[in-house]
Amino acid sequence: MADLDVGDQVPELRVTPDKYLPHRYAGASGDFNPIHIDAEFAKAVGLPGNILHGLYSMGLVARANAQALAGGDPRALKRLSVQFRGMGLPEQEIVVAGTVRSIDGDRVVVETEAAQGENRIVRNAEAELQL
Amino acid sequence: MALETAAAGRSWPASTYQVGREKIREYATALGIENPVHFDLEAARAAGFRDVVAPPMFCVVYALPAMAPAILDPEVGINLATMVHGGQDFEWGEPACSGDEITTTPKCTEIYEKDGKGFYVFESNSVNQDGEQVLRGVWTNIVRGV
Repeated sequence: MADLDVGDQVPELRVTPDKYLPHRYAGASGDFNPIHIDAEFAKAVGLPGNILHGLYSMGLVARANAQALAGGDPRALKRLSVQFRGMGLPEQEIVVAGTVRSIDGDRVVVETEAAQGENRIVRNAEAELQL
Repeated sequence: MALETAAAGRSWPASTYQVGREKIREYATALGIENPVHFDLEAARAAGFRDVVAPPMFCVVYALPAMAPAILDPEVGINLATMVHGGQDFEWGEPACSGDEITTTPKCTEIYEKDGKGFYVFESNSVNQDGEQVLRGVWTNIVRGV
Protein backbone atom coordinates (compact mmCIF):
# COMPACT_ATOMS: atom_id res chain seq x y z
CA MET A 1 0.00 0.00 0.00
CA ALA A 2 2.03 2.92 -1.29
CA ASP A 3 -0.36 5.49 0.20
CA LEU A 4 -0.30 4.06 3.74
CA ASP A 5 2.36 4.85 6.35
CA VAL A 6 3.05 3.80 9.92
CA GLY A 7 1.36 6.31 12.22
CA ASP A 8 -1.46 7.12 9.79
CA GLN A 9 -4.92 7.49 11.31
CA VAL A 10 -7.52 5.09 9.95
CA PRO A 11 -10.71 6.99 8.99
CA GLU A 12 -13.22 6.85 11.86
CA LEU A 13 -16.49 4.99 11.85
CA ARG A 14 -19.34 6.57 13.86
CA VAL A 15 -22.45 4.53 14.63
CA THR A 16 -25.24 5.16 17.13
CA PRO A 17 -26.99 1.86 17.94
CA ASP A 18 -30.69 2.48 18.56
CA LYS A 19 -32.62 1.21 21.59
CA TYR A 20 -33.54 -2.07 19.88
CA LEU A 21 -30.18 -2.82 18.26
CA PRO A 22 -29.22 -5.32 21.03
CA HIS A 23 -32.40 -7.26 20.23
CA ARG A 24 -31.65 -7.33 16.51
CA TYR A 25 -28.05 -8.30 17.19
CA ALA A 26 -29.24 -11.04 19.59
CA GLY A 27 -31.41 -12.44 16.80
CA ALA A 28 -28.67 -12.14 14.20
CA SER A 29 -25.98 -13.68 16.40
CA GLY A 30 -27.99 -16.14 18.50
CA ASP A 31 -26.69 -14.63 21.78
CA PHE A 32 -29.80 -13.98 23.91
CA ASN A 33 -28.03 -13.45 27.24
CA PRO A 34 -30.62 -11.31 29.13
CA ILE A 35 -28.00 -8.74 30.21
CA HIS A 36 -28.16 -7.53 26.59
CA ILE A 37 -31.91 -7.46 26.04
CA ASP A 38 -33.59 -7.08 29.45
CA ALA A 39 -32.87 -3.80 31.29
CA GLU A 40 -34.51 -4.97 34.54
CA PHE A 41 -32.49 -8.18 34.60
CA ALA A 42 -29.31 -6.25 33.81
CA LYS A 43 -29.91 -3.81 36.68
CA ALA A 44 -30.67 -6.69 39.05
CA VAL A 45 -27.16 -8.06 38.40
CA GLY A 46 -25.49 -4.70 38.94
CA LEU A 47 -25.26 -3.29 35.41
CA PRO A 48 -26.41 0.22 34.47
CA GLY A 49 -28.98 -1.19 32.06
CA ASN A 50 -29.01 -3.66 29.20
CA ILE A 51 -25.58 -3.45 27.63
CA LEU A 52 -24.35 -3.93 24.07
CA HIS A 53 -22.94 -7.30 23.10
CA GLY A 54 -19.16 -7.08 23.17
CA LEU A 55 -19.08 -9.03 19.92
CA TYR A 56 -21.33 -6.40 18.31
CA SER A 57 -18.82 -3.68 19.22
CA MET A 58 -16.03 -5.95 17.97
CA GLY A 59 -18.05 -6.37 14.76
CA LEU A 60 -18.03 -2.60 14.32
CA VAL A 61 -14.25 -2.56 14.81
CA ALA A 62 -13.94 -5.22 12.11
CA ARG A 63 -16.31 -3.30 9.82
CA ALA A 64 -14.50 0.02 10.37
CA ASN A 65 -11.06 -1.34 9.51
CA ALA A 66 -12.15 -3.43 6.52
CA GLN A 67 -14.20 -0.52 5.18
CA ALA A 68 -11.51 2.12 5.66
CA LEU A 69 -8.53 0.12 4.39
CA ALA A 70 -9.91 -2.55 2.05
CA GLY A 71 -13.15 -1.15 0.64
CA GLY A 72 -15.09 -3.62 2.79
CA ASP A 73 -13.47 -6.72 1.23
CA PRO A 74 -14.37 -9.59 3.61
CA ARG A 75 -11.07 -11.36 2.74
CA ALA A 76 -8.89 -8.53 4.04
CA LEU A 77 -9.20 -8.98 7.82
CA LYS A 78 -6.91 -11.82 8.90
CA ARG A 79 -6.76 -11.35 12.64
CA LEU A 80 -8.54 -9.25 15.25
CA SER A 81 -7.84 -9.38 18.95
CA VAL A 82 -9.69 -7.18 21.44
CA GLN A 83 -10.36 -6.63 25.13
CA PHE A 84 -13.77 -5.61 26.41
CA ARG A 85 -13.67 -3.45 29.53
CA GLY A 86 -16.17 -0.58 29.63
CA MET A 87 -19.83 -1.44 29.14
CA GLY A 88 -21.30 -0.34 25.80
CA LEU A 89 -24.79 1.14 25.98
CA PRO A 90 -27.50 1.56 23.34
CA GLU A 91 -28.44 5.07 22.14
CA GLN A 92 -24.92 6.46 22.53
CA GLU A 93 -22.61 7.14 19.63
CA ILE A 94 -19.75 4.66 19.14
CA VAL A 95 -16.58 5.97 17.52
CA VAL A 96 -14.13 3.44 16.10
CA ALA A 97 -10.68 4.87 15.50
CA GLY A 98 -7.31 3.39 14.67
CA THR A 99 -3.66 4.03 13.89
CA VAL A 100 -1.40 2.06 11.57
CA ARG A 101 1.24 0.41 13.74
CA SER A 102 3.23 -1.63 11.25
CA ILE A 103 3.38 -2.50 7.57
CA ASP A 104 5.09 -5.65 6.31
CA GLY A 105 4.62 -6.22 2.58
CA ASP A 106 0.86 -6.48 2.06
CA ARG A 107 0.17 -7.00 5.80
CA VAL A 108 -0.92 -4.00 7.84
CA VAL A 109 -1.38 -4.01 11.62
CA VAL A 110 -3.70 -1.38 13.09
CA GLU A 111 -4.09 -0.43 16.75
CA THR A 112 -7.75 0.29 17.09
CA GLU A 113 -10.47 0.90 19.66
CA ALA A 114 -14.15 1.71 20.03
CA ALA A 115 -15.39 4.31 22.50
CA GLN A 116 -18.57 5.99 23.67
CA GLY A 117 -17.33 9.39 24.80
CA GLU A 118 -14.63 8.72 27.41
CA ASN A 119 -15.78 5.13 27.87
CA ARG A 120 -13.50 2.87 25.83
CA ILE A 121 -15.66 -0.20 25.24
CA VAL A 122 -13.21 -2.07 22.98
CA ARG A 123 -9.60 -1.43 23.86
CA ASN A 124 -6.10 -2.73 23.18
CA ALA A 125 -7.44 -4.03 19.91
CA GLU A 126 -5.16 -5.10 17.12
CA ALA A 127 -6.36 -5.74 13.58
CA GLU A 128 -4.19 -7.38 10.95
CA LEU A 129 -5.28 -6.91 7.35
CA GLN A 130 -3.95 -8.21 4.06
CA LEU A 131 -4.33 -5.48 1.45
CA MET B 1 -13.88 -19.93 48.04
CA ALA B 2 -11.27 -21.37 45.72
CA LEU B 3 -11.99 -21.21 42.02
CA GLU B 4 -12.93 -24.57 40.51
CA THR B 5 -10.42 -25.22 37.72
CA ALA B 6 -10.99 -28.92 36.99
CA ALA B 7 -12.48 -28.20 33.53
CA ALA B 8 -9.24 -26.62 32.21
CA GLY B 9 -7.91 -28.80 29.39
CA ARG B 10 -11.30 -30.30 28.59
CA SER B 11 -12.73 -30.53 25.06
CA TRP B 12 -16.37 -30.75 24.02
CA PRO B 13 -17.89 -32.43 20.97
CA ALA B 14 -17.63 -30.61 17.65
CA SER B 15 -20.79 -29.18 16.16
CA THR B 16 -21.57 -28.25 12.57
CA TYR B 17 -23.34 -25.11 11.37
CA GLN B 18 -24.76 -24.70 7.87
CA VAL B 19 -24.24 -21.15 6.57
CA GLY B 20 -27.24 -19.64 4.76
CA ARG B 21 -27.78 -16.49 2.69
CA GLU B 22 -30.57 -15.04 4.82
CA LYS B 23 -28.54 -15.40 8.02
CA ILE B 24 -25.59 -13.61 6.37
CA ARG B 25 -27.94 -10.81 5.25
CA GLU B 26 -29.47 -10.56 8.74
CA TYR B 27 -26.03 -10.34 10.36
CA ALA B 28 -24.68 -7.79 7.86
CA THR B 29 -27.82 -5.67 8.30
CA ALA B 30 -27.51 -5.65 12.12
CA LEU B 31 -23.91 -4.44 11.77
CA GLY B 32 -24.77 -1.82 9.13
CA ILE B 33 -22.49 -3.49 6.57
CA GLU B 34 -23.62 -2.61 3.05
CA ASN B 35 -21.15 -4.34 0.69
CA PRO B 36 -23.37 -6.17 -1.88
CA VAL B 37 -21.18 -9.32 -1.67
CA HIS B 38 -23.03 -10.04 1.60
CA PHE B 39 -26.49 -9.69 0.01
CA ASP B 40 -26.41 -10.46 -3.68
CA LEU B 41 -25.30 -13.71 -5.33
CA GLU B 42 -24.20 -12.06 -8.58
CA ALA B 43 -22.14 -9.44 -6.75
CA ALA B 44 -20.53 -12.16 -4.62
CA ARG B 45 -19.67 -14.27 -7.69
CA ALA B 46 -18.33 -11.25 -9.56
CA ALA B 47 -15.98 -10.65 -6.61
CA GLY B 48 -14.71 -14.25 -6.81
CA PHE B 49 -16.82 -15.95 -4.12
CA ARG B 50 -18.74 -19.17 -4.79
CA ASP B 51 -21.86 -17.78 -3.06
CA VAL B 52 -22.97 -14.90 -0.84
CA VAL B 53 -20.04 -14.41 1.54
CA ALA B 54 -20.17 -13.68 5.28
CA PRO B 55 -18.42 -10.73 6.92
CA PRO B 56 -15.49 -11.97 9.04
CA MET B 57 -17.25 -11.39 12.37
CA PHE B 58 -20.13 -13.62 11.21
CA CYS B 59 -17.84 -16.24 12.76
CA VAL B 60 -19.70 -15.70 16.03
CA VAL B 61 -22.86 -17.01 14.35
CA TYR B 62 -21.34 -20.33 13.29
CA ALA B 63 -19.00 -20.75 16.27
CA LEU B 64 -21.34 -19.78 19.13
CA PRO B 65 -23.60 -22.85 18.90
CA ALA B 66 -20.49 -24.99 19.43
CA MET B 67 -19.06 -22.77 22.17
CA ALA B 68 -22.24 -22.32 24.23
CA PRO B 69 -22.37 -25.89 25.60
CA ALA B 70 -18.75 -25.52 26.75
CA ILE B 71 -19.18 -22.07 28.29
CA LEU B 72 -22.47 -23.06 29.96
CA ASP B 73 -21.32 -26.52 31.13
CA PRO B 74 -22.06 -26.75 34.89
CA GLU B 75 -18.72 -28.53 35.33
CA VAL B 76 -16.98 -25.35 34.15
CA GLY B 77 -18.90 -23.48 36.81
CA ILE B 78 -19.41 -20.07 35.22
CA ASN B 79 -22.15 -17.97 36.86
CA LEU B 80 -23.74 -16.54 33.73
CA ALA B 81 -25.45 -13.66 35.57
CA THR B 82 -22.11 -12.20 36.65
CA MET B 83 -20.14 -13.14 33.54
CA VAL B 84 -18.84 -10.56 31.11
CA HIS B 85 -17.00 -11.13 27.89
CA GLY B 86 -13.42 -10.11 28.67
CA GLY B 87 -11.57 -10.55 25.43
CA GLN B 88 -11.66 -12.15 22.05
CA ASP B 89 -9.09 -13.13 19.44
CA PHE B 90 -10.01 -14.37 15.99
CA GLU B 91 -7.75 -15.48 13.15
CA TRP B 92 -9.44 -16.08 9.81
CA GLY B 93 -8.59 -18.47 7.01
CA GLU B 94 -10.97 -19.31 4.16
CA PRO B 95 -13.99 -16.98 3.94
CA ALA B 96 -17.35 -18.50 4.96
CA CYS B 97 -19.92 -18.58 2.16
CA SER B 98 -23.57 -19.57 2.00
CA GLY B 99 -23.80 -23.36 1.65
CA ASP B 100 -20.70 -23.99 3.73
CA GLU B 101 -20.86 -26.50 6.55
CA ILE B 102 -18.53 -25.29 9.28
CA THR B 103 -17.51 -27.61 12.09
CA THR B 104 -16.28 -26.01 15.31
CA THR B 105 -14.50 -27.79 18.17
CA PRO B 106 -14.38 -26.07 21.59
CA LYS B 107 -11.76 -26.51 24.27
CA CYS B 108 -11.27 -24.92 27.70
CA THR B 109 -7.58 -24.03 27.92
CA GLU B 110 -7.27 -22.11 31.19
CA ILE B 111 -9.21 -21.16 34.32
CA TYR B 112 -7.57 -18.77 36.78
CA GLU B 113 -8.30 -16.11 39.36
CA LYS B 114 -7.01 -12.55 39.21
CA ASP B 115 -8.09 -9.51 41.25
CA GLY B 116 -11.09 -11.38 42.67
CA LYS B 117 -12.33 -12.31 39.22
CA GLY B 118 -12.45 -15.68 37.53
CA PHE B 119 -10.94 -15.89 34.04
CA TYR B 120 -12.20 -18.71 31.81
CA VAL B 121 -10.33 -19.10 28.52
CA PHE B 122 -11.70 -21.20 25.67
CA GLU B 123 -10.33 -21.97 22.23
CA SER B 124 -12.28 -22.81 19.12
CA ASN B 125 -11.15 -24.36 15.88
CA SER B 126 -13.44 -24.18 12.83
CA VAL B 127 -13.03 -25.98 9.50
CA ASN B 128 -15.29 -26.06 6.45
CA GLN B 129 -16.67 -29.04 4.50
CA ASP B 130 -13.42 -29.24 2.49
CA GLY B 131 -11.33 -29.42 5.66
CA GLU B 132 -10.00 -25.90 5.15
CA GLN B 133 -9.27 -23.78 8.21
CA VAL B 134 -11.91 -21.05 8.50
CA LEU B 135 -11.31 -19.69 12.00
CA ARG B 136 -9.30 -20.03 15.17
CA GLY B 137 -10.73 -18.24 18.20
CA VAL B 138 -9.71 -17.51 21.78
CA TRP B 139 -12.66 -16.56 24.00
CA THR B 140 -11.99 -15.05 27.43
CA ASN B 141 -14.91 -14.82 29.84
CA ILE B 142 -14.64 -13.00 33.17
CA VAL B 143 -16.83 -13.72 36.18
CA ARG B 144 -17.01 -10.99 38.81
CA GLY B 145 -16.85 -11.73 42.51
CA VAL B 146 -15.62 -15.35 42.52
